[in-house]
Amino acid sequence: MNYVIDILGPLLEGTTVTLKMFFVTIALSVPLGLCLALLRISRFRVIAGLVNGYIWLMRGTPLMLQLLFIYFALPFVPIIGIKLPDFPAAVVAFALNYAAYFAEIFRAGIQSIDRGQYEGARVLGLSYAQTMRRIVLPQVIKRILPPTSNETITLVKDTSLIYVLALNDLLRAARSIVQRDFTITPFVVAAAFYLAMTLILTWGFQRLEKRYAVYDE
Amino acid sequence: MPSTMNDPMIHAENIHKRFGAVAVLKGVSLQMRKGEVIAVIGPSGSGKSTFLRCLNHLETIDQGRIDIEGETMVTTSAEGACHYVPDAEVRRICRKMGMVFQQFNLFPHLTVLQNIIEAPITVKGMRREAIIPKAEELLRKVGLLEKRDSYPSRLSGGQKQRVAIARALAMEPDIMLFDEPTSALDPELTGEVLRTMRQLADEHMTMLVVTHEMAFAREVASRVVFMDHGEIIEARPAAEFFATPEHPRTRAFLENVL
Ligand SMILES: Nc1ncnc2c1ncn2[C@@H]1O[C@H](COP(=O)(O)OP(=O)(O)OP(=O)(O)O)[C@@H](O)[C@H]1O
Ligand SMILES: [Mg+2]
Repeated sequence: MNYVIDILGPLLEGTTVTLKMFFVTIALSVPLGLCLALLRISRFRVIAGLVNGYIWLMRGTPLMLQLLFIYFALPFVPIIGIKLPDFPAAVVAFALNYAAYFAEIFRAGIQSIDRGQYEGARVLGLSYAQTMRRIVLPQVIKRILPPTSNETITLVKDTSLIYVLALNDLLRAARSIVQRDFTITPFVVAAAFYLAMTLILTWGFQRLEKRYAVYDE
Repeated sequence: MPSTMNDPMIHAENIHKRFGAVAVLKGVSLQMRKGEVIAVIGPSGSGKSTFLRCLNHLETIDQGRIDIEGETMVTTSAEGACHYVPDAEVRRICRKMGMVFQQFNLFPHLTVLQNIIEAPITVKGMRREAIIPKAEELLRKVGLLEKRDSYPSRLSGGQKQRVAIARALAMEPDIMLFDEPTSALDPELTGEVLRTMRQLADEHMTMLVVTHEMAFAREVASRVVFMDHGEIIEARPAAEFFATPEHPRTRAFLENVL
């Protein structure tokens, strides 16, 4: 037990890196995903096609590869060749990747709203933007809560991929203690931390779902 | 063209509309005066809904002219090019018309009261305190004040449709368009909706009503328009229309439905 308390310090430090990665990725990829979704369903064919291609690229290649590419290969790409420090590089890769997944969730949600809702709003004089903001998106939120919950829980665990950039996240912190002390206890504690984080998320989403359950469709 | 007192509420002239290769409206013309209640009847697929939807720009027309209260929304040049006024103008003109759909199209995530005050607040910029008493007055009028805080899913079809009518009225339209407002309802629920519409007619609301309710057309409408295959076959005062239908197709239709 004392041993567990001893290793809590470094593991908690790792957890803050993991949480930082998680929150920054959510803060960037959700709005970006919404924009992508709106562009994807817009009547600007070329833009919609480009977004479609982007989503295919992001979902069709491993996140690990994207992470390595942005950190190691981007500096050598002509014109945009910039060398990002490790944390920003990881954030960019995660945000771009998760935006693609969120875009697909949002798109499916928006397209599941009945045409009658748009027409009902339109004949009352609402503009397209007002219709989206006041009528469509609030209903979309209710419908996309389950897949969004899934995606965010996946993100908590995916953050462990940043170890390849030598960032000291929870998993990497646990692993270095394991290698130092020759015991698997740190892994067990790390697992408990991940479980706690996903438990909080699950609980939060359940509360949201309950709140949106006040109305039926 | 500045609007005057004598302008018709709706002036639709030679409206053509096609969906792909199918011509759905083939030169429909209609003039509607203030306070008129016009019933549009006709077989399924004759273009009644499409005509209504063209009037408030839910569909764009291919040819023809539409003026609402003397303001031009769309014209067609001699060469046949259809020209709509700028989008903001179209929206402003269309706001003179309220519309009630067969499928209600209430907003499920909003309560009855919120459904009614949404557009006055968002579109007209009205203050909540100003619109809520008016919304409650409208709810009292359609007999649903006690459902004020219910969500639409908790209402019967007839109640939903009455909320939809109140919602449209909250924008203070000069003209009300109804597209088969009772067709999605169980027979025992149509009465309450028709009563509300009759009450509106008594208050001299200008109403264009697509309906299968012949009794309503006969008793409430001032004029009846019969459409078939994208054309207006006959348009006459209700009593005359039902007593002495002129066109053979009208007669055939009436024999079928009456
Ligand atoms: N969006 C659309 N795309 C293609 N065809 C359409 C569309 N809307 C209507 N139509 C066609 O146009 C024709 C007229 O349809 P409309 O809905 O105006 O008829 P209606 O008189 O209202 O019929 P009903 O009494 O069944 O409601 C039909 O043949 C219909 O299939
Ligand atoms: Mg119809």
